[in-house]
Amino acid sequence: MIAELGHYALVLALALSLVQMVVPFWGARKDDPVLMGVAAPVSLMMLAFVTFSFGALMTVYVTSDFSVLNVVENSHSRMPLIYKFTSTWGNHEGSMLLWVFVLALFGGLVALFGGNLPDRLKANALAVQGAIAVAFLTFILFTSNPFTRIISPPAEGRSLNPILQDPGLAIHPPLLYLGYVGLSIAFAFAMAALIEGRIDAAWARWVRPWTLAAWVFLTLGIAMGSYWAYYELGWGGWWFWDPVENASLMPWLAATALLHSAVVMEKRDALKIWTVLLAILAFSLSLIGTFLVRSGVLTSVHAFATDPARGVFILGILTFFIGGSLLLFALRAGDLRQGGIFAPVSREGALVMNNLFLTAATAAVFVGTLYPLALEMISDAKITVGPPFFNITFGGLMLPLVFAIPFGPLMAWKRGDLLGVAQRLTVAAAVAVVAIVVTAAATGGGPVLAAVMVGLGVFIIAGALTDIAERAGIGRVSARVAFARLKGVPRSAFGTAVAHLGVGVCLIGIVCETTWSQEHIASMKVGDSFTIGSHDLTFLRIENRTGANFTARTAVFGLSTDGEPEGNIEASRRNFEARQMGTTESGIRTFGFSQLYLSMGEETPDGHISVRATWKPLVTLIWLGAVVMSLGGCLSLADRRLRVGAPRPAKAKPRQDKRPAPQPAPAE
Amino acid sequence: MTSAPLFVAFAAMTAIAIMAVLWPLSRRRLARSERAADLAVYRDQLAEVVRDQAAGRLSAEQAEAARIEVNRRILAAGARDDAAGEGTGSTGRRRAAALFALLLVPAVGAGLYMTLGSPAVPGAPLAARLAAPPDGNDIAILVRRVEEHLSANPNDGRGYEILAPVYARLGRLDDSAQAYRAAIRTLGPSVERYSALGEVLTAAADGMVPQDAVKAFTAAVDIDPRAVKARYFLGLAAEQDGRKADAVALWRSMLDEASANAPWRPLVEAALTRAGAAPKAGAPNTGAPAVSAPQAAAPGPSAEDVAAAQQATPEQRSAMVMGMVSRLEERLAAEPKDLDGWLRLARAWSVLGDKAKAGAALQSAMTAFTGDEDAGRRIEAARADLGLGG
Repeated sequence: MIAELGHYALVLALALSLVQMVVPFWGARKDDPVLMGVAAPVSLMMLAFVTFSFGALMTVYVTSDFSVLNVVENSHSRMPLIYKFTSTWGNHEGSMLLWVFVLALFGGLVALFGGNLPDRLKANALAVQGAIAVAFLTFILFTSNPFTRIISPPAEGRSLNPILQDPGLAIHPPLLYLGYVGLSIAFAFAMAALIEGRIDAAWARWVRPWTLAAWVFLTLGIAMGSYWAYYELGWGGWWFWDPVENASLMPWLAATALLHSAVVMEKRDALKIWTVLLAILAFSLSLIGTFLVRSGVLTSVHAFATDPARGVFILGILTFFIGGSLLLFALRAGDLRQGGIFAPVSREGALVMNNLFLTAATAAVFVGTLYPLALEMISDAKITVGPPFFNITFGGLMLPLVFAIPFGPLMAWKRGDLLGVAQRLTVAAAVAVVAIVVTAAATGGGPVLAAVMVGLGVFIIAGALTDIAERAGIGRVSARVAFARLKGVPRSAFGTAVAHLGVGVCLIGIVCETTWSQEHIASMKVGDSFTIGSHDLTFLRIENRTGANFTARTAVFGLSTDGEPEGNIEASRRNFEARQMGTTESGIRTFGFSQLYLSMGEETPDGHISVRATWKPLVTLIWLGAVVMSLGGCLSLADRRLRVGAPRPAKAKPRQDKRPAPQPAPAE
Repeated sequence: MTSAPLFVAFAAMTAIAIMAVLWPLSRRRLARSERAADLAVYRDQLAEVVRDQAAGRLSAEQAEAARIEVNRRILAAGARDDAAGEGTGSTGRRRAAALFALLLVPAVGAGLYMTLGSPAVPGAPLAARLAAPPDGNDIAILVRRVEEHLSANPNDGRGYEILAPVYARLGRLDDSAQAYRAAIRTLGPSVERYSALGEVLTAAADGMVPQDAVKAFTAAVDIDPRAVKARYFLGLAAEQDGRKADAVALWRSMLDEASANAPWRPLVEAALTRAGAAPKAGAPNTGAPAVSAPQAAAPGPSAEDVAAAQQATPEQRSAMVMGMVSRLEERLAAEPKDLDGWLRLARAWSVLGDKAKAGAALQSAMTAFTGDEDAGRRIEAARADLGLGG
């Protein structure tokens, strides 16, 4: 019964989202406050029904109700309870329902907290959210229904894919979807602005924090996914430039750009049209990501072509929303009022540069991801665009961008002083040079480029600290005054510094891991040992273990450093009876920020096992950097003050040209 | 099986959904115009600048610059013609919207649910199914119970013997073969077990008799040289191997030994005809009941049926099982003087979980064989055996 109630709730959610799409929009057209007032209660009720439906699906999963086809296909009564929960979204149908649930959640939040929005903006934005919900609910109900029933239920299910039987599944998809779908808010607001042909003052005030929240979730989601792939797939790789990963990276890049341009818009009332376009692009890339992952086009272009029901449906949704929004943009962008003006060398200018590089990087990833698919579809030729392409194009675009990071926040609004900023960064630059020398010395003059890159990372970190130090006046005023001023520095400034610092941390981790990793592959029998990264590993024994729903062969290694025993490290291969599938469980030991990574391969009849051990210096910085970035995002989000960008007033010391008319930047 | 509470819940949910639309439509409210909203934001910004200056976050100069900036925006907002007047709602539109919701929500809800939903299928949480008394309604759960019992007592051969034919009927042929093997291991070899194992293996190989099956049939013939099923399949294996003469000889000898009304006679005769040898004259083909496999006692699907069942979906599979039962039922309605048929039917219904129909089958048998004491005893024995009470 609970499954049918959930199913009906989903159907009603579709009916309500139709109302949410039509009535408020009509109200906004006719300027009818009562009709516009329908938007908030209806979207809240829609949220209630979708929540109920999602809860119902979760219930049938947890109670192993095998009269629901989806449960049969993805669950098993002997799985640990947490995986019964997570199986709910560990499959196509359930994950689409999670997607819609998050969409409804964001719609509900707009309805709840949008009290101070102008009516028409709110009504239009919620109507756009309603339209997205209509599309995806229809998709779920007709092509991916999780509530399909079976008349004679089997007594056991086919189990969740063993690779997904990991706590990572509990965290990664919800975070990622909160990020993806969170961008729908910015999209809905952009559409509302285009529909009305005007951008309200409240617009930027709203779009920035919502984008920031989505960005924080997306950052954490991507980092989590990367770490999950790292420890679960047994390869020890943390980024593969795989289309599924790129599908989440593209919205992240666009959201990062949007975040920065929204700051300009909020503080300086400039870059409006560009921000609207970015909001459209960011969510469009989320939709494309959803399409890539959910249509099955990645698994096989040909399978997609022969059984295209789902893929074509999503493609239709994609075309409608992306095409429609861009068309509306083309028609209406001219009506939007231009905002403030600024000189090329200014905080705004720096942010424009950030935007240009980020969008170019997005385009590079986009081409690298979609070109092979498009080519295969039209010509049957199968090509692979691999890491070299991405490293050159993406890396090449990111380098100047990250180099510029420390300069941006030190720049004044409206018109800045590049030389002055450079001067203030001399300490940071000096620290960076020292870091380069030390790195080169410590690694015996290894690859020079890598040492320089480490220096760049240090420069970014030092630059971020410089920003805070400058604001507090450290070095210019007494320690007590500096401390008092430090406390007065707004949280958003701390947020900027911390997020930028995270980029530096991440960069150092990436460079160290890719340059100085050591690998040792060996065929070992009990008693053998080897040394890697100053650690000695001895193969002690191999044994059978039994889990709740799997059996495992576990190899136990003794670990010692300089003769000092440091306990054991275990790697195993699990076999899951229900699916006749295996997984590898890597043994990972963390030393400081570095990790020793051990994975076990095939076992030969004569008792040898193949072992792959990798010493990964500073590898955890990659993910810690991402965590620091999102921490910065949270700090900035916690700063709910209104923002007005105060330009540094043209000071008493005028240069020859008394007061240069600020050149309008070619930003819009 | 549709439950009334379910539809009451549906109705309540629909009502709540409609209320979410009608309630805001019933309230009068004033629009918050863009200009008012903009000015509110700017006023907040000015207040913020004052606070920042007081807290020392902005210098006096910076605060002044920011104030100028905000004031510039306020002027711009004031100068804008605000087409969006503070409109009030129109009753006509409100009625139209209410009607729209009132019609759309139930129509979409009921319309879609009627095509997509399955209100008649009851929920089946595993714990409840396992806790329910074993009444035979849920074959999957019965199988699971026996499986669990066997994994705890792996030497209980009777369990395997119960499970093996059920697996075969469910199309799980590999499991069935394994269960027969386990039964042979624990209970010892027998003609029936080896023959059944061979038959399942043949079904799993889509009707081609594989080497494993030949071994099983040979083992059965070793125990009893007259084993009917085993010899039939060995003949089939010979035919498939291209040794037609061997096949014909084997089948001929079967017919020679058999009584004239052996139920499997037509099948072997057909096989002989197919192999190109006329069945021996004198073997009367009396339009005997259509039995699908040469099984004397235990009714079961033929190898072909089982092979087909393996390919089938669960729905098709249960339809096939039901088809077999109803064929038997129809035949018995036409020819009620078949005691074995009635007993088989009762057993089939019992396995399918329908005690009432099993009882009814026995009752029909009683009626058909009124006065036959011997038949009466057998029927009563079957009644006790199937647990249908006195």
